[in-house]
Amino acid sequence: MDELIDILKNLHADVDYEKCTALIDDKILDSFDLITMIADIHEKFDVIIPADEIIAQNFNSAKSIYSLIERLLDDEE
Amino acid sequence: MLFTSLEFILFILGVFVLYYIVPKRFQWKLLLIANVFFYACAGIGGMVFMGVTIVTSYAATVCMDRLQKKADNCIQSQKGIWTKEERKAYKKQVKKRKRNILLDCLFINIGILAILKYTNFAIANINGIAAAFTGNGVLAYTDFVLPLGISFYTFQTMGYVIDVYRGKAEAERNIFKMALFVSFFPQLIQGPISRFGELKETLYKEHNFVFKNVLFGVERILWGYFKKLVIADRILVAVNTIIGQPSEYYGFYVFLGMIFYAVELYADFTGGIDITIGIAQVLGINLTENFERPYFSKSIAEYWRRWHITMGAWFRDYIYYPMSASVPVMKLSTFTRKHFGEAVGRRLPVYLVMFTVWFATGIWHGASWNFIVWGLLNCTVILISQECRPLYEKFHAKFPKLKDKCGYKCFQIIRTILLMSVLRLLDCYRNVPMTFCMFSTMFTRFNIGSVLGGGLLTLGITVYDYAVVGLGVMLLFMVSMLQRKGSVRERLYEKSVVVQYFAVLFLLVAIIIFGAYGIGYDANQFIYNQF
Repeated sequence: MDELIDILKNLHADVDYEKCTALIDDKILDSFDLITMIADIHEKFDVIIPADEIIAQNFNSAKSIYSLIERLLDDEE
Repeated sequence: MLFTSLEFILFILGVFVLYYIVPKRFQWKLLLIANVFFYACAGIGGMVFMGVTIVTSYAATVCMDRLQKKADNCIQSQKGIWTKEERKAYKKQVKKRKRNILLDCLFINIGILAILKYTNFAIANINGIAAAFTGNGVLAYTDFVLPLGISFYTFQTMGYVIDVYRGKAEAERNIFKMALFVSFFPQLIQGPISRFGELKETLYKEHNFVFKNVLFGVERILWGYFKKLVIADRILVAVNTIIGQPSEYYGFYVFLGMIFYAVELYADFTGGIDITIGIAQVLGINLTENFERPYFSKSIAEYWRRWHITMGAWFRDYIYYPMSASVPVMKLSTFTRKHFGEAVGRRLPVYLVMFTVWFATGIWHGASWNFIVWGLLNCTVILISQECRPLYEKFHAKFPKLKDKCGYKCFQIIRTILLMSVLRLLDCYRNVPMTFCMFSTMFTRFNIGSVLGGGLLTLGITVYDYAVVGLGVMLLFMVSMLQRKGSVRERLYEKSVVVQYFAVLFLLVAIIIFGAYGIGYDANQFIYNQF
């Protein structure tokens, strides 16, 4: 989780990612941030997030992003 | 059949009446017949291409759906028998077969669009290169006629096919219902580009006559006609004069032309969408909104989230995200990070994807270099502002209260409007060198005195026209301000019947008295029809 928070902090340092649950809905992260983050996640976690998983509910909070990564890693195993 | 023609108004009146007279189970069938009639009026030839899109998309989606359901059943029946690896291998095999079907469908439909829309552009470029070496063009131009609305219905249908592939939408098993989705006449020519999952909720349903829905729909249609006929088509004459005679109209005229065009395009396109959404609303069908007061945007990125929303979302969901998350782009990201460092490695793949998407957006608007350059310049401005983000953050950290100041917000809004208007000069002059040349005259040839000292009245419109457009724009602005606090029609609905009656009557009378038509008036097509 800490690695993910580092990635997110790189995008917007001033956001409280532990608490925020509307990163997409409140337009804190835009599409540019999203694809930068997806590339960063690929680097750190060695997982590719498929296009059909790029939906608001998967990216609204650090927790949901982390769950997505775990699910994809589990699928790959 | 133009939206602004008498035939179209009679046509929609006929459809409205019949829609609520026929038994409800026939309503969607009536709409399909109306679509066929509407499309046939534009020429029978175009129906063949639409037919190909309907049949191939229907076949592809049904095949993918069957394949997936069969696979799901198979996996279920093998639960506890197959190992995880066996299950994964089977899923992979099914996905590959689905992907092949998807690619075949995309190839046929995007291929048709590409051949019809871009062949002459490709020939012009080949001839240009050949002429540089031999002095002559080598290929003859084709005389393909672009079927009505092909860009819009192809994108809408391909979005649906991809959604079925992704498992986000169920395949429609009734080919006639599928045909209705592809050809729904109000949105056929200029969007919005609907998603099947959303549109089907109301498109195939049986609808009762609901007075509020019909009233809201009629109000929206009238508001659309007001924007188109009273504002857009009136200012259009001045825009055409400035663009059409660049040797006479340079300097400050170019600035005026770009502001006039900003007004014209907004009134024209949003007016058309208002008519479209209004017609659908009278029929009880909900269409997605395509605009969210874009001229109140504080940056170009925000502007593009609020202008032609459904097109932006289409490019985002079906090109931008899939490309960004693709294996080659991820590999490129790893490679560039390793060889050029974190800073370049993080940016390069993202920038590459952005430029590709904006190239596609540009060429979707038209098969010519001016649209491609326009798209790439939009991308460049967005990327520059993205790069400047740390600077903005530092600046705002120093002046934390500035962001909330009304004056600063106005500055951001005006800056965005001006930037977008400058880029749109490429759309006006339709010639890249000419555009840059005319843009430069704004700074080199000062003629503001002669423009304001009578020049304005040489643009083909009178003082009366300027006054009508000015009042129309003021009304547009006031309504946009009111919309920030919620639906204007909802608030109007809470007022007495007299007030509602007066509002509808006011719009109707304004269109009849101030609309740009009459003897000698040449009904103008909506700007976005050509795309």
